[in-house]
Amino acid sequence: MQPLFMRGPSVTLRVIILVGLSVALMIADHRWNHLESMREAIESYLIYPLRYVVNLPVAFVHWSSDSFLSHQELFDENQSLKDQQLRAQVSLQKLSILEKENERLRRMLSAQPKVGERVLIAELLSIDMDPYKQQVVLNKGEQHEVYLGQPVIDAWGVMGQVVHMGGFSSTAMLITDPSHAIPVQVNRNGLRSTVFGNGQPDRLELRYIPHNADIEIGDLIITSGLGGRFPPNYPVGRIIEIERPAGETFANVIAQPVAHIDRSREVLLVWHNPPQNEQNEKAETGEKTVEAIVGE
Amino acid sequence: MNNCYRIVSFSIVIALMLAMLPLPDWAQAFRPDWVAMVLIYWVMALPQQVGVTFAWVSGLLLDVTLGSILGQHAIGLVLVSFLVLLQYKRIRVFSLFQQSIVVFILLIFKQIIVLWVSGIVGQEAETWSYFLPSLIGAMIWPWVFTLLRNIRRQNTRTSQM
Repeated sequence: MQPLFMRGPSVTLRVIILVGLSVALMIADHRWNHLESMREAIESYLIYPLRYVVNLPVAFVHWSSDSFLSHQELFDENQSLKDQQLRAQVSLQKLSILEKENERLRRMLSAQPKVGERVLIAELLSIDMDPYKQQVVLNKGEQHEVYLGQPVIDAWGVMGQVVHMGGFSSTAMLITDPSHAIPVQVNRNGLRSTVFGNGQPDRLELRYIPHNADIEIGDLIITSGLGGRFPPNYPVGRIIEIERPAGETFANVIAQPVAHIDRSREVLLVWHNPPQNEQNEKAETGEKTVEAIVGE
Repeated sequence: MNNCYRIVSFSIVIALMLAMLPLPDWAQAFRPDWVAMVLIYWVMALPQQVGVTFAWVSGLLLDVTLGSILGQHAIGLVLVSFLVLLQYKRIRVFSLFQQSIVVFILLIFKQIIVLWVSGIVGQEAETWSYFLPSLIGAMIWPWVFTLLRNIRRQNTRTSQM
């Protein structure tokens, strides 16, 4: 039986209340990020199981292609991995010496020695998000001590940072998202800038670079660590386009991300502890001294 | 009564899973708004049971699923289901083709609300292909409608809905 009249508040009133509620939610979420815990609860208890199920077929394909490899294929892969390992080991030897030397020099300049960062391997879930936003879902969440704003890198460079968290999964915004920015410097000469995404998976914008700045096509862009969010010295991109339009204050500089933004399946979550203020100042002065010495 | 909510919730869950199903890059722009379509059907078929509150909750879930601002899709779905509630008697007697046109208008309406919010936040999409999902949605509406009607009728037979 259908009731002749609807009970409770009228539909119009309910619509007004719900629209008001939605607007309040949007403001709270966008302006103050107050609703992270609410989003986290919904994500962990309601949405994550769905994501898990949707990801299952893809995970199964990966698992089966791994487990039904022939002996020969495994053998070949093992061989090539051993080769790679050997090569990596050789360059690592040099690196460890350089690292020691760097540490010694830094100590002489009474700067903060850099410590190794803790990392965790995460896998991307095969989940589509809003196609007009550059986001990915990772299979590690609060259970694995992931935190908001945590840097995400892959084997080649910086990918993005964690923006939402669930218990067992998290959402990362890629550096190519239009609302993402990351402080960087040019590896060759230390020129500082900020890299903005522009929504395309293979283009990044460097803004506020004056016309006469020393920047060339092919320059490697690395994180400067200035914002305190990303650890310094990770590669971000390579300059592919420079335009210096007359009459404008800044040059249009376009870079291509070095991370395999739309191909990587495995990524690394980095635990980065930004140095305290005092030490930060010391490090700053230290770096300045180095620059001064180099300049002379 | 309980059974009815179970079926409706289940179909919304399936729609949410379709919304996050991985598609190749070129196909992502064509993905119809499954949640909105399923919701339009249920509000039209069972306006006494499925209303704006249900739409709002589904919208919040969709927001978390897509990683958009909380409330963005919720507000769109609430307004769409309100329009359906006002006109459901008329829409029900339309032919499938006429219904598709109405669904197209409703889906476009929802997308404009979502786009409007994105614009305020500063992440608007700038291509006309943004509205493709509504077109695709209207084109597959006859099948969605028939499928959901069959599911509803089967359940009416076994229990009182």
